[in-house]
Amino acid sequence: MQDTTTTPMIEVTNLTKYYGDFPAVENLSFTVNKGEILGFLGPNAAGKTTTMRVLTGFMPPTSGTVKIAGFDVIDQSLEVRRHIGYLPETVPLYTDMSILEYLDFMGQLRGMDRQWRTRRISEVIDICRLGEYRSSLIGKLSKGFRQRVGIAQAVLHEPEVLIMDEPTIGIDPIQVVETRNLIKSFGGEHTIILSTHILPEVSMVCERVIIIHEGQVVAMDRPDNLSERLRGTERIEADIRGPSAQVMSALRDIPGVQEVTRTDREDVGIYNIETSSGADLREQISNLVHDRGWGLLRLQPIQMSLEEIFLRLTATESDTT
Amino acid sequence: MKNTLVIAWKETRTYFASPMAYIVMAVYAALAAYYFVTSISGVLPEATVRGYIIPTTFIFTLLSPIITMRLLAEEQKMGTLELLMTSPVRDYEIVMGKFLASMASLISLLIPTVYLVVLLMWFATPDTGPILSGYLGIILFGMATLSVGLFASSLSGNQIVAAVVAMGILLLLSIIDLASTYVGGIFTELVLEISITTHLESFARGVIDTHDIIFYIIFTTFMLFLTVRSLESRRWR
Repeated sequence: MQDTTTTPMIEVTNLTKYYGDFPAVENLSFTVNKGEILGFLGPNAAGKTTTMRVLTGFMPPTSGTVKIAGFDVIDQSLEVRRHIGYLPETVPLYTDMSILEYLDFMGQLRGMDRQWRTRRISEVIDICRLGEYRSSLIGKLSKGFRQRVGIAQAVLHEPEVLIMDEPTIGIDPIQVVETRNLIKSFGGEHTIILSTHILPEVSMVCERVIIIHEGQVVAMDRPDNLSERLRGTERIEADIRGPSAQVMSALRDIPGVQEVTRTDREDVGIYNIETSSGADLREQISNLVHDRGWGLLRLQPIQMSLEEIFLRLTATESDTT
Repeated sequence: MKNTLVIAWKETRTYFASPMAYIVMAVYAALAAYYFVTSISGVLPEATVRGYIIPTTFIFTLLSPIITMRLLAEEQKMGTLELLMTSPVRDYEIVMGKFLASMASLISLLIPTVYLVVLLMWFATPDTGPILSGYLGIILFGMATLSVGLFASSLSGNQIVAAVVAMGILLLLSIIDLASTYVGGIFTELVLEISITTHLESFARGVIDTHDIIFYIIFTTFMLFLTVRSLESRRWR
């Protein structure tokens, strides 16, 4: 079982998709290993949905290749579709069917035999907690339940790859938590790609995250590594009591310090010290303050939240363009 | 093939679960009965079903688009087309499934008219030949109109647009033979040939001409082919 964890289930190489002259996705490359949960993070219109539609074979890429479970999305589209469970952004439901009828229809379309369908339908109804409503018309269900029916249809045929476009959008907070836990529980068994523009969701659910902006990858890493890496320019916040001009210049003289900014609060200055990566300068700072006889009230390394990383990455990206 | 039947069965169930099915059926039954009664109440009544076979062309021109307008337009509007097109189902299987379902709906329209035939046989001794050929004719004609309707439904996510476009195309193809007197030469032939109504006339007279059967089959196949293409083009947009 050791080597199955490193089998690539999704291989995307130089994926580019143009709508007319407009590039929706450019030169996107990544792989997702078996059992991994990958988060696809980006603002609206970043190219997330486009990428997912290419992955599911709904649209062909303009150039580049996509392989799912070893099958090419263009040449072996039907095989790919057999291995994929897909939850599009607008949950595709037939509102005039009951949950049972709908799941049975979807099962038949995926070529599941009667026995397999019967077993899986009762399983997914349990997993997604749809039991009481199994015979209700889908049109009468609330948004949260419809979302769960959508998830149930996506996992029905035990697909190896699950692709979910904004799975928690538009449902109430309790259901969001439930849905996230549900998705998390699918990890390991299924390989999952989910897109979102909600940052905490990524750190909660995903093992790896790709940040995409204007159709290009701006970062790809584990959520905790991402904050680590962006601490690349690490930040330390220090509250120091002392003559501000001298403190500033003394701090700037410490080797490794790149930038110091200061906000005053009465006699205490709050110094925001940016240092080069890897250098933990807390000791030097405290020694310095101690030697000069100033007062050190607080010394704290600041870890950037995903929000900050996201803003910073996307901001630098748009600066260069 | 299995996928086609799965889709056809689902659509048929949906159709007969909606009030639309029964409204359309009632409208056709009433109109057919009216035409039938007027045709056998003349000075020289004939024991035939021609009375309602010929007007059926016009009725189907209006009713077929109503039957088919939902089939692909709604899938596009509800986003379920994305689901169908990412399921292991070929595009032509989707189209064929929908088409078979619409055929079932159309044939269901003809079932209530069987009592007109029964009445005819009760009170007179009609030729069964023209009756059977007449029914064959309107089924073939219906098939052609449904294929136009399905094509129109693939063009947009709006059912009304789909219905109006289909009615427009069908009306034009029904009356295009009127232009035969104005255009000359080869165009006269052509215009008569592509008119969907001229091919029905011999059936109503009791003549089964393979030429006409082939026309309807080729016409339907061509429209269904266009529908598949139109669906496929969604992938490239």
